[in-house]
Amino acid sequence: MTSRPYRSRIRQVVHATAFVLLASLSWSRPAAGNESLTLVSWGGSYARACQKAFNEPFTAETGIEVRLESYNGGLAQIRAQVETGKVYWDLVDLEMADAARGCDEGLLEPIVAADLPPAPDGTPAVDDFFPDMITECGVGMLFYSTVYAYNPTHLPGPKPTTIQDFFDLEKFPGRRGMRRSPLVNLEFALMADGVPVDQVYATLDTPEGVGRAFRKLDTIKEYIVWWEAGAQPPQMLADGEVVMSTAYNGRIFNAQVLENQPFVIVWDGQVLDHGILGIVAGTPNLEAARKFLTFAMRTESLAAVGRYIAYSPARKSGAALMSTHLETGVDMQPHMPNSPANVARALSHDWRWWRDHGDEMNERFSAWLAR
Amino acid sequence: MSSNRQAEADTFFLSGPQLRAVGLVLPLVAFIGLTFIAPLATMLSRSVYDPVVADALPATLDLLQDWDGVHIPPEPAFEAIARELRRARQERTLGRVATRINRVHGGLRSVITRTARRVREAEGLSWRDTLVGVHAAWDDVQTWHAIRHAGERFTARHYLHALDLERRSDGRIAPRPDEYRVYVSLLWRTLVVSLSLTGLCLLLGYPVAYLIAHAPPQRASLLLLLVLVPFWTSLLVRTTAWIVLLQTQGVINSTLVALGLIADESRLAMIYNMTGTMVAMTHVLLPFMVLPLYAVMRTIPRLHMSAAASLGASTVQAFWRVYWPQTLPGVGAGSLLVFILAIGYYITPALVGGQSGQLISNMIAYHMQSSLNWGLAAAIGGLLLAFVLVLYLVYDRLVGIERMRLG
Amino acid sequence: MPPRGLWEIVGRTAYLVFCTAVFVFLIAPIVVIVPLSFNAEPYFTFTEGMLRLEPAAYSLRWYQNVMGDPEWRHALLNSLFIGLAATVLATTLGTLAALGLTHPALPGRSAIMGLLISPMITPVIISAAGMFFFYSNLGLTQTHLGLILAHATLGTPFVVITVAATLSGFDPNLYRAAASLGAGPLRTFRRVVLPLIAPGVISGALFAFATSFDEVVTVLFMGGLEQRTVPRQMWTGIREQISPAILAVATLLIAFSLLFMLSVEWLRRRAGGR
Repeated sequence: MTSRPYRSRIRQVVHATAFVLLASLSWSRPAAGNESLTLVSWGGSYARACQKAFNEPFTAETGIEVRLESYNGGLAQIRAQVETGKVYWDLVDLEMADAARGCDEGLLEPIVAADLPPAPDGTPAVDDFFPDMITECGVGMLFYSTVYAYNPTHLPGPKPTTIQDFFDLEKFPGRRGMRRSPLVNLEFALMADGVPVDQVYATLDTPEGVGRAFRKLDTIKEYIVWWEAGAQPPQMLADGEVVMSTAYNGRIFNAQVLENQPFVIVWDGQVLDHGILGIVAGTPNLEAARKFLTFAMRTESLAAVGRYIAYSPARKSGAALMSTHLETGVDMQPHMPNSPANVARALSHDWRWWRDHGDEMNERFSAWLAR
Repeated sequence: MSSNRQAEADTFFLSGPQLRAVGLVLPLVAFIGLTFIAPLATMLSRSVYDPVVADALPATLDLLQDWDGVHIPPEPAFEAIARELRRARQERTLGRVATRINRVHGGLRSVITRTARRVREAEGLSWRDTLVGVHAAWDDVQTWHAIRHAGERFTARHYLHALDLERRSDGRIAPRPDEYRVYVSLLWRTLVVSLSLTGLCLLLGYPVAYLIAHAPPQRASLLLLLVLVPFWTSLLVRTTAWIVLLQTQGVINSTLVALGLIADESRLAMIYNMTGTMVAMTHVLLPFMVLPLYAVMRTIPRLHMSAAASLGASTVQAFWRVYWPQTLPGVGAGSLLVFILAIGYYITPALVGGQSGQLISNMIAYHMQSSLNWGLAAAIGGLLLAFVLVLYLVYDRLVGIERMRLG
Repeated sequence: MPPRGLWEIVGRTAYLVFCTAVFVFLIAPIVVIVPLSFNAEPYFTFTEGMLRLEPAAYSLRWYQNVMGDPEWRHALLNSLFIGLAATVLATTLGTLAALGLTHPALPGRSAIMGLLISPMITPVIISAAGMFFFYSNLGLTQTHLGLILAHATLGTPFVVITVAATLSGFDPNLYRAAASLGAGPLRTFRRVVLPLIAPGVISGALFAFATSFDEVVTVLFMGGLEQRTVPRQMWTGIREQISPAILAVATLLIAFSLLFMLSVEWLRRRAGGR
């Protein structure tokens, strides 16, 4: 009695299987015809700034669509793509140490320095970018810094002012947010332990120095809540999950001005770094990606980012274009990581040290975390 | 009835029935072989096979074959390594080579990359002096041991590493330095957590399964739904739910504060630590215990208990002597399922475990996704797989794998 | 049974209280999510307005948020596509295999059974790692096909088990009866076997679909931007920024799984209380 429906159901199933398998074979990648790029950046309010400052004007100028993807650093996904030959990320916003390693490993396309746009006044790019910004496989875009911030609503009484205070559980009890990485945290620990800023990497270069940094971290280990994405610290501070947290300065700034959060940044002991834009080796959109890189490296584009988030251009000519926050009219200068008032005790991130020792530190850090 | 038809039916159903049965099973066997067994085999081969250094530095490794291991290797080895490192740099495999050598001996990455960048020719000196001029590490036998060790095509070093051991340059196997030891303690922690979770689920699940199995049918199906709802609900949804409940500003803490049971400043830390992992995982795994128990229990007539009682046994005795032994297959199936799921759990600890609630699978994910030490990830996976396989065989011997049911 | 005095009553009460507590533990977290997803404020606790049941304290903003977000829509499409394809594959292969497995003539049954259900009892982190290594050699990582194969693999044991369970109550004499009435093998399958095992097949398919729809580890390891699924999107959301939008998605997923569960239960009853 059920023969007919079942027979037709079998046929349907067979057809559906065939369709689905064929469709999945062809649906692996969007059609290559219409040009589009994928830019991979750090998510949240920073990604939004990139969208406004780079992607939208670039699409308006060239007609090439730019899709924004987010990640939390590292080379894993890039390596997986390059090694399997399926490159679907075109441009990546990298940390300097990763960019250097990625270059050594052949994961990034070499940069054509001659293509980089000159400053508005005609100064060649090579002279206009700050030293160390144009590297073999990537170009520095923006200065950012890792600072720590607190939420006064959840921290009654005296307020922290130095990097030592971050490690002082007696004066400031409560949980702290830190990035789940040895990067920057080892530096913070040594500075808090009394190592002068200019001695931090010399100290880290010795086994005793590394031990000292981990021992300092040990003192607050039980109270650390680890974060991975830049969007997490503002959230944890707002929720009261932590009383203070290390964070990227721009994320705290955006929470301050856009969400009226009462967060306060402690600039003492900040670690100043710059982001690198690189092109993934073997991208099928190399031409368009180069075009995008050139576009993004214009002084105007870089300065435009600084109208949405407190990161400042990696070119000297950028300073003149610095202005106010577009949505709120706040003067950006005092919020920039390299503004004079904020660099009283700032450490410049040493990517060479991290390129050479990142593996060991990561391994030791993950062992330390797990015990 | 045509005899022709009959014969056709016979060939299909009766004669050569083995063939037919095999024919039905074969497609899936082939599919599983290709999509599951082959991947596991690939993983295991990754854990012992690593050709990157061997392929990049063939001449150097060839020369190191005859090296005594005590003195600095002779001049040709210096020349070979200088040339091969340069070539690796041109072919952009240098990073991968340096990473592997660096894993054997920390700090060598910079030696390798710097050498490849700087050394072109012997510059009138010997190759040895040139290389030592670039980095003093070339004058250290440890460097050469590391290169020789990293150059092994087939290697046990990932497994040694996964057990916190290393092979010293004299060939001795010894524990790694204290600050790098992590895997054994993590494996141990995973084992303890999985066992506790299994025990906890049994403790919570057994009475509940009993209640459902022996309730009147209407109520039983209602109660069963209460177990099935979490069973079917997405894992990520349940994990989210626990975050919402347990976090500092979450529902439970806020309720306790509102009730005046705890002060606002001393909210309980119930998540992003081991407590969070244990609570959320118990919730996730409990249905896997209750359902097999229920399936077994409802086949046990309650009469047995009453009979025992009427023969003068106390309730406890009746339960222990009569009921409990009959539920053992359910206890076995539930415990095995819960234990195996727990031992390989990744999502929940990663989301609610903080640092103290991490398990060995988080380490596998870390090496897969962040450190890119795939050989090590494969070796840890291999150890875990071996462990699960042993459990599985034991279970098969004791209970029989065919009795696996889903409630 | 006659009451055995005070201890019996105390024990019985304690037992019921204990069981109630376990049921609350199982259900409460899921129930709590639902009202919170209608929170008008971006918080994860009940606001005072919500407790006073003020309409203004509730809103659909997080649902609008999710519906309006192309990323979530894309994720949903991916989840459905991958899930359906994996289900069709798993159900077809799994049903055939279950027919073979329950055939009395099959040699080496328990070894084959062990092999076929091995994806279910292997920790998924190991399967995912292995699949990543193997599929990346074949260029199948970051493709839909790769994930479909992976999810179908993880789903087949459920199909095999449910269909085999339905078949274990199947009377092999029906084969002979059908044959003696002149039905060919395919016809026998369609008219006799399939109607009988249909509930098992459909439950198996639902299990397989639910497995794929909730799977995130292989997606994390093997999926790319184009293969973002709903669980993958939730994973990012939970890890990086829990907004009540996640709770809205969670509530939708709860409704979804309730639907699934009720279908499977209904089929189970139809199949004869198995």
